[in-house]
Amino acid sequence: MMNKLIFGRYIPGDSVIHRMDPRAKLLLSFYFIGIIFIANNWATYVLLFAFTLLAIKLSGVKWSFFINGVKPLIWLILFTVILQVLFSASGGTVYFKWGIITISQLGLVNGVYIFCRFVLIIFMSTLLTLTTPPLELSDAIEYILMPLKVVHFPVYEVALMLSIALRFVPTLMDETEKIMNAQRARGVDFGEGNIFQQMRAIVPLLIPLFVSSFNRAEDLATAMEARGYQGGEGRSKYRILKWQARDTWATLAFAVLTVALVGLRLYV
Amino acid sequence: MSQIINVEHLNYRYPQQDTDALTLTDVSFSVAAGEWVAIVGHNGSGKSTLAKNLNGLLAPVSGQITIDGQVLSEDTVWDIRRKIGMVFQNPDNQFVGATVADDVAFSLENQGIPRETMLKRVDEALAQVDMSAFKTREPARLSGGQKQRVALAGMIAARPKILILDEATSMLDPEGRAEVLATIRQMKADSDLTVLSITHDIDEAASANRVLVVNDGQLVEEGTPAEIFEHGPALIKMGLDMPYPERLKAALKRQGVTVPTTYLTEKGMADWLWQLISNK
Repeated sequence: MMNKLIFGRYIPGDSVIHRMDPRAKLLLSFYFIGIIFIANNWATYVLLFAFTLLAIKLSGVKWSFFINGVKPLIWLILFTVILQVLFSASGGTVYFKWGIITISQLGLVNGVYIFCRFVLIIFMSTLLTLTTPPLELSDAIEYILMPLKVVHFPVYEVALMLSIALRFVPTLMDETEKIMNAQRARGVDFGEGNIFQQMRAIVPLLIPLFVSSFNRAEDLATAMEARGYQGGEGRSKYRILKWQARDTWATLAFAVLTVALVGLRLYV
Repeated sequence: MSQIINVEHLNYRYPQQDTDALTLTDVSFSVAAGEWVAIVGHNGSGKSTLAKNLNGLLAPVSGQITIDGQVLSEDTVWDIRRKIGMVFQNPDNQFVGATVADDVAFSLENQGIPRETMLKRVDEALAQVDMSAFKTREPARLSGGQKQRVALAGMIAARPKILILDEATSMLDPEGRAEVLATIRQMKADSDLTVLSITHDIDEAASANRVLVVNDGQLVEEGTPAEIFEHGPALIKMGLDMPYPERLKAALKRQGVTVPTTYLTEKGMADWLWQLISNK
């Protein structure tokens, strides 16, 4: 169950989106979140949705995954939308007014736009995580952080830490499962009682998990040293990323999208 | 034959220890190039400590270690680590890479070997341990034996002269153990690798040319496997594995339970345990 939350996210595939350079995907996803704020009328949102849906179509991933991506956040989204509707500056026809609460035409429209923004951001970031293995993402982060080497930021070390952390997630999940079973056998009841009782049940889980993680870390450090690890400098890289034509095309598509958005914002 | 490992009057004490007692006392031995030497002894006898001294993971109080003509010191430690490949006990805790290929490449990356050479060597090494099909797999989806074979592939790719196995098969099931041992024998046949295996496993010890017995931080006996195995039941005292029921009996006895003196099989032991519990 826990495995699904983090690791079941990547859906192996061979689409154009899957084959894109993770750096391009990561940067363009962030860029997309930025340009969403250019949109301010229905035409711009229609364009953004069309673009996102096209990207999803190209990835070949089932629609249901994206709907499921929105589900856990739906209450947060609705809460934000309702705040926006009730408390935003009034404009247009006012339908309802009571103290500081106002429901106006402008408020409702803003609410719908906010909802669209959330959905677009979630769709795009879900697309990123569904089509990119975590390891490639960590490689992309390493490349993107590279300029920070100028200020002596330990980029290689951070990247190695990230990839080791990713590598140990399933190992620690298994370990947690084992400890949970061991504690269950001794009569601990997980997921029963009120919130304080449930929190207390976590303690006999966390302590052994911490102890074993430290032991693992020590073993791993010894093994790394025995295999000649002396820090990031002077290491060569086995895995490299290649920027290809399709990544340039994708970047161009985003540039065109930006121009179109600005155009629609100004003239519609 | 030339001596590839030479240890003279090695003394070691753990720095965090508060007593003056030494973990290793005056250990001297040498290993010829191409030899397979097994080191056996009880848990806590100092055999793993000895192995970690050989590649400078631990620094001795006194004594001299010479590896392939180089005296181990702060200046030579990284050169020496390149010459020694070390496989540890826990398959999970030595798997650095996020995938099989990444892990095999780890030592090569540390040495700054160009990528083209790495690609070739990783493929060759994986083929040699028969793990090519698993190249892009994550460690979580491998068995213990497969993980240890990947660790061995990492060693093959780095081409060390000496391979130290620090209880490398002790956490594996019998099948995984056999796989790993077969791989090591194959590696040994393909090159004139020197193998030093620290073990409780009687099969692993039997594969060696020579067996060293460590007890209480001292080298107490040395001989061919045949000579050592002549000791029969006394092997247990030397730290080679007792069968599981015997170990269980010993543990129960320590808890004050009266146990039968006759030898019991695992099934017999289980039956006896049921009787014991139902009589309570």
